[in-house]
Amino acid sequence: MNDPAAAFPFADYLVTAIFLFFVAATVGGALIAALATRIIRGVTGLALCCIGLAGLYYFLNSPFLALMEILIYVGAVCVTIVFGVMLSETDEVLPERFKHKPYPIFGFLIAAGVAGAVFLGIAKLGHGTQWLNPATPVTDNSWKVTAVGNALLTTYSMAFELISLVLLVAILGALAIARGGRDKK
Amino acid sequence: MNHLLQLHQHVGVYLVLAAFLLAAGIFGLIRRRTLIGMLIAGELIFSSAALNFMALNRFTAPDPTVGQIFVLFIMGLAAAEVAIALSIIIAVYRNYRSIQPKGLSELKG
Repeated sequence: MNDPAAAFPFADYLVTAIFLFFVAATVGGALIAALATRIIRGVTGLALCCIGLAGLYYFLNSPFLALMEILIYVGAVCVTIVFGVMLSETDEVLPERFKHKPYPIFGFLIAAGVAGAVFLGIAKLGHGTQWLNPATPVTDNSWKVTAVGNALLTTYSMAFELISLVLLVAILGALAIARGGRDKK
Repeated sequence: MNHLLQLHQHVGVYLVLAAFLLAAGIFGLIRRRTLIGMLIAGELIFSSAALNFMALNRFTAPDPTVGQIFVLFIMGLAAAEVAIALSIIIAVYRNYRSIQPKGLSELKG
């Protein structure tokens, strides 16, 4: 990568600001998706999180995956979940036995404790490990979409075929299951 | 300051972020009272695995196509999973008039 600072005086700050924006979108979206009480807000949080992830994939040298993330997650998965929300009644109501008691804080604490322990452990592991650089330097050329396309059609052609088969079976299965309980008349 | 400006070149940032996504997903899985909410939390966990693969692929793997293709397959599997799960949720809603996992206790001993 050529030095951006030579071309533009504050390019470094700009790049860092955009990076922090995408990190904030990812974190905020994940928090909304996990904490929102209305499900439709949770779906919106998931979409925001996926847009942030697409930006992070761009920073990880893969514009192809950034495009795919927006296309598949925001365009297909979130829209499908919104359809599911429309077809069923989804608001999270408190169970009847909690109506006259204070909010059940105990389960919240257990969930937060488990999630916090997982986060601390894995973050410490990921941040504390000294990761090795690859022995052979990676050329910029091998990041191109043509390299991904070549690999998909040669080395990974079997997996590529299998994933299309999985998608086909999933669509047929989804149709069969959703069709099953409907009245014939 | 210089360290902060190179933040996007550090593998640790991405790994901590992926750990946060995993934790948010686990929290949602435990905490949610509806099946669709649990599905959204599952998607967060998928995303965390994909981000982890991509970060390690960018900074440590000798062949950069492997991680991209793996993440592409993860996205395909996530899409298939959402299709199946939503059709199951709709079938459940049709039978029980509710999608709260607490009510689905017909097979319970």
